[in-house]
Amino acid sequence: MSIISSTGHTTSSTTSTLTQRLTAAICASILGASLVYFAGFSHIEAVHNAAHDTRHSSAFPCH
Amino acid sequence: MIKRIAQTAGFTGLLAALLLTLLQSFWVAPLILQAETYEKAEPAVVQPHEHTGGAMAAHTHDPEAWEPQDGWQRVLSTTGGNLVVAVGFALMLAGLYTLRAPNSTAQGLLWGLAGYATFVLAPTLGLPPELPGTVAADLAQRQIWWIGTAASTAVGIALIVFSHHWLMKVLGVAILAVPHVIGAPQPEVHSMLAPEALEAQFKIASQLTNVAFWLALGLISAWLFRRKSDGQYPA
Repeated sequence: MSIISSTGHTTSSTTSTLTQRLTAAICASILGASLVYFAGFSHIEAVHNAAHDTRHSSAFPCH
Repeated sequence: MIKRIAQTAGFTGLLAALLLTLLQSFWVAPLILQAETYEKAEPAVVQPHEHTGGAMAAHTHDPEAWEPQDGWQRVLSTTGGNLVVAVGFALMLAGLYTLRAPNSTAQGLLWGLAGYATFVLAPTLGLPPELPGTVAADLAQRQIWWIGTAASTAVGIALIVFSHHWLMKVLGVAILAVPHVIGAPQPEVHSMLAPEALEAQFKIASQLTNVAFWLALGLISAWLFRRKSDGQYPA
């Protein structure tokens, strides 16, 4: 029983892979880039002040 | 699959951010604080940035905006900033791993190196790490060049590493070079308030800190991503 279910899972995960994986990769990258943008590039003054040292240390354009 | 990406990115970001904060606190932050003593000593009426382009707004900081106080508040808010940035970068890595899973944990080092080249090395070739009080070109223009450079470096490296045809590899090198041929936005006159020795020290500290951060990010993310295989955590 367990063998069958695990085989079933493997098959479904390999068939669903390309589109699903591509979608997941793109979504994760966009979300990640947004986080980096928010902390590192936002023009909101309070965010700039809070992440100021992070920006300078990571060599993001800051001032 | 999404759970795997989220877990990899979350834990990787957390660990790498802690390492980054540690390195920063001992090495980078003291240099920033030292540079700020020069910045604060400068009379506030003379803004170090004078933008010549009429369309650009003069660079001023709103004194009313919230600012962490030096000490634990500042360290804490920097840690927060590091955490957001680290999780962001880790999300990108974990996302890419779903397309090209690392064959070994050590391969994470290569991903880390690629990340360092994309997000630190290539941008700093045109826009070196700056201490507070350094005169630079318009912020928005530098940010656009930075983002463009990171994007073209990422595409260039991907083409060089993953394409099989030599022509595509050559194209990758060309894309890699484009932002540097265009050139980073530079101020009309370079000047800084902090002594040059301090700036030189800061450049080294920033580069080495970022190398360590990216290698840790790549290594930890590859290790966690491989550990949390799909069979173990079905999507």
